[in-house]
This record gives sequence, C-alpha cells and structure tokens, in this order.
Amino acid sequence: MPNSRIKMPESAAAGESIEIRAMIMHPMENGFNFDSQGTTIPVHIITDFVCTYDGTEVVRVQLQPGLSANPYFSFYLTASRSGSVDFRWTDQDGTVTTNSALLQVT
Amino acid sequence: MLGCASSSAADSTASGAPRSGYSYLSEETRRLQDDDFANPGMLWVQKGEELWTQSSGPAAQSCQSCHGRARDTMRTVATRYPLYSPELGRVINLEQQINRCRVSRLKSSALAYESEDLLALTAFISHQAKGLPVDVRVDGPAAASFARGRAFFYQRRGQLNLACANCHERYVGFRLHGETISQGQINGFPIYRELWQTMGSTHRMFVWCNEAVRAEPYPLGSQEYIDLELFERWRARALPIETPAVRR
Amino acid sequence: MRDRLSRRSAMLTIGGGVLLSMVALPGVAGDEDTAAAIRQLYGDRAPTAGRISLQLPTLAESGNSVSLTLAVDSPMTATDRVLRASVFANRNPRPLIATVLFGPKCGTPAFSTNIRLSGTQDVIAVAQMSDHSLWSAQVRVLVTVGACDALQLRY
Repeated sequence: MPNSRIKMPESAAAGESIEIRAMIMHPMENGFNFDSQGTTIPVHIITDFVCTYDGTEVVRVQLQPGLSANPYFSFYLTASRSGSVDFRWTDQDGTVTTNSALLQVT
Repeated sequence: MLGCASSSAADSTASGAPRSGYSYLSEETRRLQDDDFANPGMLWVQKGEELWTQSSGPAAQSCQSCHGRARDTMRTVATRYPLYSPELGRVINLEQQINRCRVSRLKSSALAYESEDLLALTAFISHQAKGLPVDVRVDGPAAASFARGRAFFYQRRGQLNLACANCHERYVGFRLHGETISQGQINGFPIYRELWQTMGSTHRMFVWCNEAVRAEPYPLGSQEYIDLELFERWRARALPIETPAVRR
Repeated sequence: MRDRLSRRSAMLTIGGGVLLSMVALPGVAGDEDTAAAIRQLYGDRAPTAGRISLQLPTLAESGNSVSLTLAVDSPMTATDRVLRASVFANRNPRPLIATVLFGPKCGTPAFSTNIRLSGTQDVIAVAQMSDHSLWSAQVRVLVTVGACDALQLRY
C-alpha cells in the first residue's frame, strides 16, 4: 500500500471547522514522460480521493493527470462527534489505499 | 552558450562562501521545503521511519535492534558521510553503509540504488542530522578519494566538454535559460526534485548532470561518484544538512 | 482536442536537422477546448465571475508543482452551500485538473493542492452552488519550466 500521510488536530470543539492535510506517495504519471528506452510511460494516476467522517463525506476529489505527483490536499471538516476520520485513495487500476485518524470532539 | 545576462557580484566564485541550493529557490519552493508536512520528501522520511523498525533477514532483526531509536543514535551520522571504511579499505557513502549493515549484520539483501526503500532509509537517517553542519574527513585514508573527487570536479567531459566547475564555480549566479546557476552543493540530499517528481540521491544527480553535458555517466554507487560525493560534501562543509531538500 | 503543435515541436520542424525526440509532444489546449471541458461538467450556462478566491503564485519556477488555493464565498448551510468546484488550466494538454465535491461535513469551502502547468497560462476555477448558480475566477500564472515537456534525458 503506498505511503500516505495525514495531519489534523487531535481534538476540536463541536461545530469547529478544522483543517485537514492529506498526502500520498504516487507518481501520477501524466503520459508525457518516457523511460530510458524512449518508451512513453503510460498514464497512471490516482483517480479518486474521499474523506469520510461521522457517516458522511467531508470532501471528495476527482483527480486528473494535471495534478502534481504525490498529491497533496488541504480541506476543512466541521467537528460533530468524536470518532474516526477516514481517508481513501483509489488508483485507476482499482488499488485502494486507506488511512485514518481519531478526532476527539468536546 | 553560457554567456547570458548578468552575474551578481555577490555570488561566489571558487573563493566565496558556500551557499546552499535553498538560497537560489523561489519563495514558493522554500516554503514547500520548510513545511514539515507538505514537503514531498517527508513521504520518504516517513517510509524510512517505518523501515527502521521493520525486521529483515533470518534472525528477524531490524535497524532498531542494534541502533535503538534513530533520533538518539543517528543524530550526527549523516554529517560524516562519505567516510573511509577500514573494513573495506575504501571510502563509502551512506547508502553503502546501510547495505553493508543489511547484508553483513541482518544477513538480509542489499537494497537497489534509487529504490524507494534505500532512498527512504537514506533520507530518514540524513533527516536526523537536519540543521547540523556537513563535516566530512578528507585527510588520512580518505585523502586519495578526495583528490580523485576533486580532479573529477575540474575535469572537462562529454560532448559539451564541460567540467562541474565550469558552471558551479565559474558561472555561479549567471542564468541558464530561466534558472540561476547554483553552486551545486549537496547538503540537502537525498532531495525531492520537482523535475523528477520524486526523491533522488546524489548519484542520480551526478548521472543527470553528466548526461546534461552529453557525457556517459558512471554507474550509481561507482567509486568515481563516491569520490565526487566526498569532494562535494567537503565543498558543502559547514552548510546545514537540509534533508529532505526540495529542488527544481 | 484540437491537434495543434506546441511551440517547441514547431521549432523542431523549422530547425530541421536533428530532432531531439521522436516522441509525440503534448499538444496545447485552446480556449475552445477549455470552454468545452467546462461545458462538459457544468452545462451550457456561462459562469458569473465572482465569489471564488483563487490563489496561485504569480511566477512559478517549476510548472511541475504550483500551489493552488481555492476558497468560495458561501454560508455552507444545508440549503445554501457549494456543491462542487473544478480547476482548469487553459493551455495544458488536458484543461481539467481536478474537481472537488464538498460534502455535508465540510463547513469551510476551501481547498488547496499542487497542480502541473505546462507553461504560462490562465488557471480557471468554476464553482456550482446548491441553487445551481455557477461562479468563476481566473488567475494568470507565469511558468519558467513547463511540466508536460517530456524529459529529453534518460535520467
């Protein structure tokens, strides 16, 4: 599973909007590079990213090759209940990477 | 070909003070390097941290089994590499030291050059020394390697017939298309290079530079590049280690 | 997409002699291609400029990673919120860069990422509100080294 990284506060007040930062190691090949033999490296990207919390989606991103490699996202979540914040990246070939963090809500 | 635009008198020539590649970056890129989360090189540092505790080999040992917590025991290690290995009778770099540990101590396999795992471990260990000045020994048994590395730096090569020094000493501060020529210091390696969109080692950089002047590059891990690496780290002495640096 | 030569491949043809590479270089989008990409996602109505703050550096030294921050002016209530926003680069080989869908648990419609730009061009953001209104913003970015030029060296 590719390496992923999350940064978010450990706790928040109910109703507070907190920043979440997420990143994953992935070349996001755009189809315009070629290898040492001169063969074009085909497009290979993550196509979907979703963050879910308290049973619903926070944010969903539909990725295209125009995003940089090792895609980085920053977005906001409104705290409601203590629980797990889940992250899911889906590769174009169907491979899924997941990560999660616990949020304490006071 | 190289005589474009103006130079800055403040940029050093051979006699000037060492300047890190960081000082040639745009504010945007500097911000990215300084961001401990968003710096893409930290993905490799994070991977290295995981590998540090991962068992390998028949005795199921890990780096941690002998070295304990990297934060405690690896703090100054990267400042000293490349260094002379009495056991092997030659100068080796950090990547080779990692592989020596894996092969002879863990009885595991060596990691391939530019593999994600070797870059991760090298970045992780180097990152422990972040902020400390590069401090390699170039005297005594390392002297021969140092002399060879220095000769390499000043030797013209390739179809463009250029030596490292022609750009990275003579024309520091001049522009090559849209970019300002830096001193070519290696205090930030392994780096996240935006051109490669991934992490790369010093040897990958040397290969790239040699190709750029249309010279046949040496193999990754070759003694020629280790010698050059030693000389380059000496050039970078007293510059702080910045691993993982972000460069163009 | 229109099959238009990029400036670089045009120079190679004019210069004759040795081509740097036989690999087909990426094309360049035109404004029609970008408009078509926007229509494909958001329909025929033209967006109104406004309500989006789009931040990118004025000068990017590497087109491989250009920071982008998008923020939409919206109260984000259950009945008055941003549904989704897309980013386009009007000269990239593929104008659409990404689409963000803001879910119920998102109370601040702001989003940051890093994008690839093939050269100096305009970056356009389009946002769709819950009342189906469309809004847009546009920023010009100067790019020193393009992201989509295939690496001419082996390494």
